[in-house]
Parts: sequence; structure tokens; C-alpha cells
Amino acid sequence: MKRPSITTHLILIVGAIFMTLPVWVAFATSTHAPETILREGLQILPGGHFFETYNEVLFVEGGVMKKVTAATMLKNSLILGVGFALGKVVISMLAAYAIVYFRFKLAVPLFWVIFMTLLLPLEVRIIPSYKVVADLGLLDTHFGLIVPLIASATGTFFFRQFFRSVPDELLEAARLDGATPWGFFIDILVPLSKTMIAAILIIMFVVGWNQYLWPLIMTTKEENYTLVIGIKQIYQVLGEGGELPQYNKAFALIIMATIPPVLVVLFFQNWFVKGLVESEK
Amino acid sequence: MKRVQFEHSSIPYLFVAPQIIIIAVFFLWPAGQAIYQSFLLEDAFGLSSRFVWFLNYTDTIFSPAWLQAAWFTMIFSALVTILSLGLALLLAVKANEVIHGATTYKTLLMWAYAIAPPVAGLMGNLMFNPLIGDLYGFMNAIGFDFDHKLDATDASFVVILISVWKQVSVNFIFFLSGLQSIPKSVNEAALMDCKSSIRRFWTITFPLLAPTTFFLMVINITYAFFETFGIIDTTTQGAPGGATTTLVFKVFQDGFRGADIGGSSAQSVVLMLLVLGLTVIQFRFIEKKVHY
Repeated sequence: MKRPSITTHLILIVGAIFMTLPVWVAFATSTHAPETILREGLQILPGGHFFETYNEVLFVEGGVMKKVTAATMLKNSLILGVGFALGKVVISMLAAYAIVYFRFKLAVPLFWVIFMTLLLPLEVRIIPSYKVVADLGLLDTHFGLIVPLIASATGTFFFRQFFRSVPDELLEAARLDGATPWGFFIDILVPLSKTMIAAILIIMFVVGWNQYLWPLIMTTKEENYTLVIGIKQIYQVLGEGGELPQYNKAFALIIMATIPPVLVVLFFQNWFVKGLVESEK
Repeated sequence: MKRVQFEHSSIPYLFVAPQIIIIAVFFLWPAGQAIYQSFLLEDAFGLSSRFVWFLNYTDTIFSPAWLQAAWFTMIFSALVTILSLGLALLLAVKANEVIHGATTYKTLLMWAYAIAPPVAGLMGNLMFNPLIGDLYGFMNAIGFDFDHKLDATDASFVVILISVWKQVSVNFIFFLSGLQSIPKSVNEAALMDCKSSIRRFWTITFPLLAPTTFFLMVINITYAFFETFGIIDTTTQGAPGGATTTLVFKVFQDGFRGADIGGSSAQSVVLMLLVLGLTVIQFRFIEKKVHY
């Protein structure tokens, strides 16, 4: 192979700056005093107000909104991300197991029902979904927030694909040894799927954490806000006249909404890429 | 399907039950409601409603506002798809060539996947903020009379820029993995036959990437249709004068802000049909890929 030219590196460096610089600027600006930001604009170098700003945003009531701190929103975001990921994995694994490993009458129609969910993203049926959840009295609950998001079938397809690639001999051998359906699932299939489960958990955590429209209409009380919907509130506060606009806090919130999913993706990069590419096949 | 399966009467139903129940309550029911509501017209107070056949459909679809949104959605989706695919393909090809620093480039180019669209939107919006945003100053400094709050083209530019930025990383991941799955021997054979690296790319590499590209097109169009809601809601909110309103944003706007349930439901159903069309195309393609 030829040595890659300078141009190649140059293009990659420009690309990397394009993808990274906005977030860096957001971070650097968040560590300056609001007066500085208003006077000088966005900042490329970090300032001296990191602890002050982040402490106020995270822990001081009234720092961001009336009663809610970013720490509360962080907790809500974690519950949504983790709950969504776990719920999705458990439910879709069970369904995929039934569809691949059992012969039963309704297998084909049920498969199509599950498949149909791929056709209608939540955005399209958002208003009736809201009504159903409201009628069931589930507004402002974790259950009402997480469970309707699990309805789509992406995870089920992923595991169905994977289970089908598992050699048939495994089940034959297990059956000779007298394994029950539940036993085969727990003792053989789940350990075998470990990598796949990890990959899906990572992707779904990011997807759950980043939910916007559904939490936006589902949560009416401030204390149930997640970070991703909470940051919009401070943006509205910014526009109101009178006080000095708190751009530093706005940027600090943006950074906090960004860091957890980014860390997960960076830390588990290989699993994540594998899961993403495999799941779309 | 498996050759060997369990023969059991009740257990499989227990396993699929959780998913089916969730789908029935939170998917089939609301989807049915949307279709049902789309045929109803409520009075101004929401007290009574009557069956009006396709009135909601004809009313919304032939309204100038819907047509404007449909037109914008088309242009917007096309531009976002083409630009983010093109940019990602260029970066993936280059990242596949380098040996030194390959991992660093890869990480830096893909990490933005983790950022939520509304977070990206908010960030972009602050960068274009007239008071503090350097991008706003920059656009004006290089000679544009830039004002995304008032000018439709400028507003579209902001929304498209942020949407492309957010989508490059996903495309990059898929393109790079597609490039890496091309066997070394193919590349070596091509190298012997053809000196020009540009021609090599278009005659050998690009055709081999065609399945990935086509698949990504569907993904990107779906993204531009639905997921950009968060970007639009945190930047222009469809303004000025509905110039950056996508179809999904309009469903939300009419349903929640305007409380026009029937009209909004009719729009939802039209969107469902559009997604259905997209899925059919995707399936045709998957079939092709199997034979490939």
C-alpha cells in the first residue's frame, strides 16, 4: 500500500475539527462568567468559572428552573436511559426466543404485528399515544414514560436475526439432556448472546437518553424533566428581558446532557459499532 | 426458520405476551385512534364530533401550509441526505486509507452519534445567536446579510447545517465498516489494473458500497423526516412563516398547539403511508441484497 498523502490527513483533520469544535466551544464558553460571554461572545479557551457554574447548575435550586436542579434531571435521564435499555432487551429477547424457537399457531400473525411497529415511528402517532397514556393515568410516571417507547420492534428483529444464526445442534443436544424451554433460554441462549446484549444495551441507552418529543409531552411537572428536555427550558428563560442572560448555564446544561451518552459510546466503542452495524442488517 | 423447535402449546405465548401487550396498548390502540380521529370533525369546544369522511384529508393536504411543509420536507430531506452521505463517504474513504492515527480519527468522527438532535440544535442555535454567536457574526462578516430569524433561506441553512452535522457520524460508521469488509485481494487486484485512485474508487469501491449507500439513504430520509423534530423545535420552531416546518413538526404543531385533532390525525395517517412507501422500497432493496 501507498503511504496516504498529506491531503488525506488534512481532510480528516478538518472533518474531526468540524465534528468536535462546536462541543469544545460549548464547554469552554460554559466556564466563563455571563458578563464575559455577553461582551466577548463564544470562547475557545476555558475560563475560571467552571466549579462555580457547574455547582450552581447541578445543586442549587433556582439555579436553572424554579425547583429543579440539573442533578434531578440527570437522575431522570439515567432512569429513562437505563430503564429503556433494560426493558427493551428483556422484552425483545423473550419475544424473539418465542418466534424463533417455537412452533405455534399464531407465530406468523404475531410476527407481523411486531413488524408493523417499524412502520410507524412514535412521532407519527404522538397525539393519540399521549391520549392513551393520559387516559390510563400514566402521565408523569416512569412507567408511562418508558414503556410506550419500548413498543417498537427494533430489538426483537436484532435478536431474531442472532438466534437464527445459533446452530441447531445446540437445541438438539440440550433437548437430549432434557432441557426445558426456560432452562435452554437462561442457561444456554442468554450466556451465548452476552456480546449482543451488551451492544444493544449500549445503543439503547443512548437512544433512551436522547428521547425528546415523548418526554416533552409526557412530563408536565418540572421535577420529572430529563436533561434533554430540560435544556430547552433554560433557553426560554434566556429570552426573557431584565436579567443578564445566563449563557454559561445554558452551555453547562448542554455539556451535561452530552457527556453521559458520549462517555458510554467512547468507552464501549467497539461493542457499540458492532451492535449498530449488525442490528441494521 | 429453525429445523428443530420446541413443540409447546402455551409457553411461546407467555414469552411473546409482554411485547404484544405493550404493542396493543401503546401502539395499535393509538394508531387506530389516529385513523378514527382523522375521519372526525370536532366542534370548537371539543364537546361533540361528527363523521366527515375525507374532509380532514382534503382540508389539510390541499392547504397552502401543508403543501409548503411537504415541499420543505422534500428539499430538506434531499439536501440533508446528500450532504451528510457525501461528507461521511469522503471521510470514511480517507479514514480507511490512513494507518497512523486511524483509531483517533475514527473516534473523533463518530462520537457525535451520542449527541441528541435537540441538544445539537440548541448548541447550533446558540452559535448563531445574534448577541454572542460567532457564526452569526461570521456569516455577516463574509458579506451575507444573514438573519435566520427573518429570512427563510438563512433559517433553512441553519437547520440543514445542524441536521447534517448530527447525521455525519452514523453514516461514517456504516461507510467505514462497509469499506473494511471489502476483501484486501479486491483492492490489490484493482491497484494492479488501474493507476488512478479516483477511477479505482468509482469503478470498484463505490459499486461494492452500493448496498450500504442505499440502506443509508433510507435511514437518512427517515432521520430527516422524523428525528430532526428535535433540531427544528430547538432552533427555528418552523419559523419564519412556516418556512422551516417539516411535516412531522406540523403534526405536532397542529395537534398540540392548534388543538386541531382531526386535521393533525389526517396528517399522521398521510405520514404513515409515506413511511409505508419507504419501507416497501427498503424491502425491495433487501431482497436484492440477498441475491447480490
